[in-house]
Amino acid sequence: MKELSLNVLDLAQNSLSAGARHITIEICESEEKDSLHIRIVDDGAGMDPDFLKRVTDPFVTTRTTRPVGMGIPLIKMAAEMADGQFSIQSRKGEGTELNASFRLSHVDRMPIGDIAGTVTTLIQGAPEVDFIYIRRTDSGSFEFDTGQIRGLMEGISLREPEVLGWIREYIAQGEAGVMAQEV
Amino acid sequence: MKTIEDLQKIREEMQSKISLRKDDGDSIRVVVGMATCGIAAGARPVLEALVDEVGRRQLKNVIVTQTGCIGVCRLEPIVEVFEKDKEKVTYVKMDPEMARTLVSEHLVNGRVVQAWTIGASE
Repeated sequence: MKELSLNVLDLAQNSLSAGARHITIEICESEEKDSLHIRIVDDGAGMDPDFLKRVTDPFVTTRTTRPVGMGIPLIKMAAEMADGQFSIQSRKGEGTELNASFRLSHVDRMPIGDIAGTVTTLIQGAPEVDFIYIRRTDSGSFEFDTGQIRGLMEGISLREPEVLGWIREYIAQGEAGVMAQEV
Repeated sequence: MKTIEDLQKIREEMQSKISLRKDDGDSIRVVVGMATCGIAAGARPVLEALVDEVGRRQLKNVIVTQTGCIGVCRLEPIVEVFEKDKEKVTYVKMDPEMARTLVSEHLVNGRVVQAWTIGASE
C-alpha cells in the first residue's frame, strides 16, 4: 500500500463484509504531539476471542479465494515501522474497533493520501451504509456524515455519479480547511 | 466551493429527470475487484475513473459496483463487464486511463478491447 488512505479503504471493506450499518473513520493528526492516529469503528458482526487473537497473522483470513489475508498485517506493519502501535478490539455481535498510531514526523510514516477518494469509494460500494468521517488537526476538525446527506437527497441514491462527485469535492475542501495552517 | 446548496441543486436536477439509473435485468454491470490485492494494485482510481466517465456520459444503463477478491491477484486491478445474453468480459491490469477508454469503446460503442482482456494477457 502506497498511502494510508488505501489501508483505510481495505479495512473499512472488512467492516462492510462483516455487515456493518455504521462505520466511523477518524483521523487525528497533531504536529504539536507529533502523532497521527487512525481509528475505524464498526457495528458489524465482530469476531470471537479466538479469531481475534489470530487476526494479525497473514495466514488467517475469511477470504475463500486463497488462504492469505494481508489487510490487517499491512496496517500493523505500517504503524510499527513509524514508531506506532496497532490494536484491535472486537466483540462478537457488537462490532470491531481498530486503532493505529504513528509518529507523524517519522521518516517511514506513509502519507495519508487521498482520503476523499477512499470515503467516496466506500460510499459508492455501499450507499445504504452510514459512514462518518472525522478529520482532526491542531487547527480544527471536519466531519462528514452520510446519514445527513442521505436525508437531503430524498431517496436519490448516493451512488449516483453526480452525487459522488459532490461528496468527493466537499470532503477534499473540508479537509483543506483544517489543514490550512500547514501550507 | 461546494456547498449543501449545490447538493440540493443536484437533487432537484435529478428529480426532474424521469429516467434515474435503475437496476433492471438489461443494465450493463461493471464490477471492480476491491479486496486488499486490488486496492494495493490501484483499483481505487480505476473505480473512480469508471464512475466519473459513466456519469459524464450520462450512461443510465450502466451500473458500476465493487466486489472482493476475484482470485487472480497478480492481474489486478481487474474489471469485469456483465451484459445480458453476452459472455462476461474480464479486463486485467487496468489503470484510470484504460478505464475511461473501456467506457467509450466497450460500453458506448460495444467493441470489446481484446488486448486488455484476461484471454490476451494469459
